[in-house]
Amino acid sequence: MDTADNGTLSIKNLSTHFFTRRGIAAAVDDVTLFIPKKSVVGVVGESGCGKSVTALSVLRLVSRPGRIVSGSVSLGGEDLLAKSPAEMRQIRGSRISMIFQEPMTSLNPVYTAGRQVMEAMMIHGGTGKAEARDRTVEMFRAVGIPEPERRFRAFPHQLSGGLRQRVMIAMAMVCRPSLMIADEPTTALDVTIEAQILHLMKELQETFGTSIMMITHNMGVVAEICDYVYVMYAGKIVEQAGVFELFDDTRHPYTLGLLGSIPRHGSPKGRLLGIPGTVPSLLDLPKGCRFSPRCDRAERYCSEREPEMYEVAPGHKVRCFHCSGGSKGGSP
Amino acid sequence: MSARPRLLEADHLVMEFGARGVMREKQTVQAVSGVSFYIDEGETLALVGESGCGKSTVGRLALRLLEPTGGSVRFEGTDLGSLSPSELRAIRRKMQIIFQDPYASLDPRMKVYSIIAEPLVTHRVYGAKRETEARVRELMSRVGLGPEQIDRYPHQFSGGQRQRIGIARALALNPKLVVCDEPVSALDVSIQAQILNLLSDLQEELGLTYLFISHDLGVVRHISDRICVMFLGRLCETGPTEDIFRTPLHPYTKFLLEAVPKPDPHLRKEKKALLAGEMPSPVNPPPGCRFHTRCPESGDICAQVTPEMRSFGARQAACHFIR
Repeated sequence: MDTADNGTLSIKNLSTHFFTRRGIAAAVDDVTLFIPKKSVVGVVGESGCGKSVTALSVLRLVSRPGRIVSGSVSLGGEDLLAKSPAEMRQIRGSRISMIFQEPMTSLNPVYTAGRQVMEAMMIHGGTGKAEARDRTVEMFRAVGIPEPERRFRAFPHQLSGGLRQRVMIAMAMVCRPSLMIADEPTTALDVTIEAQILHLMKELQETFGTSIMMITHNMGVVAEICDYVYVMYAGKIVEQAGVFELFDDTRHPYTLGLLGSIPRHGSPKGRLLGIPGTVPSLLDLPKGCRFSPRCDRAERYCSEREPEMYEVAPGHKVRCFHCSGGSKGGSP
Repeated sequence: MSARPRLLEADHLVMEFGARGVMREKQTVQAVSGVSFYIDEGETLALVGESGCGKSTVGRLALRLLEPTGGSVRFEGTDLGSLSPSELRAIRRKMQIIFQDPYASLDPRMKVYSIIAEPLVTHRVYGAKRETEARVRELMSRVGLGPEQIDRYPHQFSGGQRQRIGIARALALNPKLVVCDEPVSALDVSIQAQILNLLSDLQEELGLTYLFISHDLGVVRHISDRICVMFLGRLCETGPTEDIFRTPLHPYTKFLLEAVPKPDPHLRKEKKALLAGEMPSPVNPPPGCRFHTRCPESGDICAQVTPEMRSFGARQAACHFIR
């Protein structure tokens, strides 16, 4: 599966650090991640785990004091880190697009929704105004915006949260990118609207064959839409597996804790499993395994040496000394 | 369950806010339109619904932080509307609130000690400062804060710890009722679990009664005994939590439960029943049943007659078509 050339996106050993006055924060630390064609890949974790910085690194939008310090990012076999700023501008919005959590802050309040979507096409697609307008209205219809001609002329504040997010998706899809990065696209929305948007994304992904990198903290969203999942903790990937495998055969104590923290059907009223303590500061990471201070299975060696990623089953890797399942490798 | 005394009873609460439209014309936002419910001592009642449904307004009305346009709230049998300001202040010791945003609800210039001690000082609970401090320390240990943190400022704490400070402040006066307004929505899931566990423990130890306001149905199912589902200022359905989750009666409740992304890929559905359209405006709510414009089961009667709450066993629902 890890053959970079036939995939949409391949990230290898990527590290993005923030050089702050108080020290160096390794927000993304040696991350290797692969997005096959026509798939939805989830990147999950809690605030500060590095999932958004990973996405921004792909687009090369990390701003100072942050910097990509090593690794490679390739899109359809092309090395993105070797591109000039002008070439990157061409790639953003046309071959990779991104949608954000808060659609109100990512739309320009003084331009109509239609004009903002058109703009993307006129810059990247080289299309004329009339054609761009027609295709925008068509895209509005495809993303389920009722009365697309009228909404074309609407300003962002005249649209509801759900409609704004549809406009964002229209903007992201209008140039038919090969990859769409969605950073918490439904977090600010109500559940019934969230369900509509997730359904729409899945539908568009199937129609246009776009791959989606789904960044979320919500295991429900992961279960609903993703094919393959990477779990991140404090800048590192700690577990990766196909979505069914991840939920059925969860190995890493952090992933187990995340799933155990979700109140769900069948869990008895009373206590949730949870995870004790808090996420460590990136400026003051624990030695050895970064999860060891919060881990109920931690042994002394966990805080001395850092575990590698072990393959526990085909396509299922875990960064933990205790997760080999007993049979194969993985012990220290 | 019936042995528990009734703590709070809200009867036909109505709340209208004045607003101005785009042309500066007068408008009325009908935030809450005839909501009745009760809470028995020691139980957790959840108010659920999407943004703008009026659930937070109901929470504030229950504490009489807002003066209702109509209807009444009785706390331990006393009509809150009949009380003088000083009587109301006295009864408020028994009712407290925890807010959603632990960043905005704590004064950044106050130390933890002053934040937690403030209600004790305001209500002149203790004469000596030594007693106040002892109580603050006791509260801090009860909510899981270390004694060395007493002189710190809110910005030195993480979101979960700040929420613990907010909880300690709410508990300072030994309240009976605590309104929890989205207390875990701003927190990461692992921290969310810690706070939910803490709330459960405190309820058990102190016999607290919660009015739990949340949009997160997973959280609500976990923590509540009974639920009120709200849509656009009205109740759709109320009843025991498990009954509602197992067999929702009201069409809106069905959609709401179906929409929640379940943390289990095996429950993935090719075709989910999706609710069409958007929330209607509370300035100009649809006549009759407020859900009828989005309801696939609606008939002629729905646009004309407002459905009353009817009983179905332990449950009540407001829909013309439930048999």
